[in-house]
Amino acid sequence: MRTFWKSNQLKLAPWLFLTPGIFIFCLYVILPVFQSIAISFYAWDGLGVKEYVGVDNYIELADDEAFYTSLKNNLIWLILYMLAVPAGLFVALFLNQTVRGIRIYKSLFFFPFVISQVVVGLVFSWFYDPTHGLMNILLNAIGFDSIAVLADERFVTYGIIVAGLWPQTAYCMILYLTGLNAVDPEQIEAARLDNAKGWRLLWYVILPQLKPATFIAIVVTVIGALRSFDLISIMTSGGPWGSSRVLAYYMYEQAFSEYGFRMGYGAAIAVVLFLIMMIYIAGFLYKMYRDERGL
Amino acid sequence: MFPTPIEKTKPSIQLLYKIALPIALILWLLPLIAVAITSIRSAGDITAGNYWGWPSSFNLLENYTAVFTNSPIGQYILNSFKVTLPTVVGTLALSCMTGFALGVYKFKGNMLVFFMFVAGNFIPFQILMVPVRDLTLSLDMYNTTAGLAMFHIAFQTGFCTLFMRNFIKALPHELIEAARVEGVSEIQIFWYVVMPLMKPAIAALSVLIFTFIWNDYFWATVLTQGADTQPVTAGLYSLNGQWVASWHLVSAGSIVAAMPPVLMFFAMQKHFIAGLTLGAVK
Repeated sequence: MRTFWKSNQLKLAPWLFLTPGIFIFCLYVILPVFQSIAISFYAWDGLGVKEYVGVDNYIELADDEAFYTSLKNNLIWLILYMLAVPAGLFVALFLNQTVRGIRIYKSLFFFPFVISQVVVGLVFSWFYDPTHGLMNILLNAIGFDSIAVLADERFVTYGIIVAGLWPQTAYCMILYLTGLNAVDPEQIEAARLDNAKGWRLLWYVILPQLKPATFIAIVVTVIGALRSFDLISIMTSGGPWGSSRVLAYYMYEQAFSEYGFRMGYGAAIAVVLFLIMMIYIAGFLYKMYRDERGL
Repeated sequence: MFPTPIEKTKPSIQLLYKIALPIALILWLLPLIAVAITSIRSAGDITAGNYWGWPSSFNLLENYTAVFTNSPIGQYILNSFKVTLPTVVGTLALSCMTGFALGVYKFKGNMLVFFMFVAGNFIPFQILMVPVRDLTLSLDMYNTTAGLAMFHIAFQTGFCTLFMRNFIKALPHELIEAARVEGVSEIQIFWYVVMPLMKPAIAALSVLIFTFIWNDYFWATVLTQGADTQPVTAGLYSLNGQWVASWHLVSAGSIVAAMPPVLMFFAMQKHFIAGLTLGAVK
């Protein structure tokens, strides 16, 4: 036995180290994806007997107005959330100095990312409060009427996205600050000698060097946008009249709430969300594969 | 350095910058400052609608004591620790091993296993929700902090494996080769050669995972219910429902809930940022 291990340990060791991790990861993450896909072909209340219904859940989905509202909101999230990337770059450029106390400023600007989205959601619902909220006090002060952002179908999704952009911008900022630290000073000096400055310097010299930071910022922002759940749950519970739902929230509502326990239908919604995410996962893995191969 | 270092600009611009900096910070943190001030207001201020003026009295102690005595927030916080700390330990233990295996050995399937962990990271939680809840129920761990921690350990292992593997890959491989030539076994190499070099990665991931898990809300609502097991994020949301018009208490509660990760961040800032910005520089 001992000699077997000795002569084969280079082959066996990696699997020995991998087994616990792979086991638990497959059990809780990989397998459930397939189970969910399977459940989406059943009608099931979570307790009783599952009834096979084929693609009925998907057919119902194709006719479900709430589904399209959620899908549209997901798209709005995805597009507007991207503002966090340039906003983060802007804040990073503003803070990329060496004046006294700048380190403290950088940490405090990063602050919103460290606190829970539950707290961010509570803070912003209060900021938007139609009678006492700071936003409306300011609006009234400059002569506008109050807007009940979170109770108005037209504004509610945008209001929640603004709340989400706050921590997300902080996240992108820290990525860019780290990136800016690593920009080659000689290249900047050389460009300055060639009379490049301001926007042109930023665009042609700095941004190309910030590419890795930009890539990560976009990846985490896309994931953040598609995962948007906490803020919606805290700030509006999907309302008013379901107008601020996204797929993630709508799925939760269908599967586990007072609206009933429709696990199969919920799973079908989750599968759609998963397929959207798959596009990004595939793109990301492809880029990683190329990097690994050193192409 | 870009933009132009402020010391090299005109004195007027330097002055402008130094004025703009604190103003920008106050505007940026305005929502939080408002919460902090509200958390020390009196109930009278709240009913009178005095949210933004000068507080009529400073009730720091009263409000924070009230939060702890009138609500189970102490229990919620304890629950949060009971979920967060085991998750940090469990995830690090697993991902040190997986990261080591994937970073050190060349074997068939290495890339495939690695990509499985990476891809798992991006999966939307909702597709896991129903099966994971079922699994937790059937393991008799529904509505326990252990059940919640188990899921977190599994899921975070994906991200941590990515991190650890890249970290270990960047270590000097000669060290391991030299140890092998000396006849050191693979397990000893892991424990005595590689582990000591992984301290910075372990520090970075501990703070990061601590913050992520402390702030988790979704899984807390899916896998736990009630004050006995729910962590503070879910607890705060139900307290918000109970304290409808008591904004001073909600604010104080929010601050209490936000404290542990904030303290963690300030204490281990360097590691936190190193972990978060992995890959931002090539």
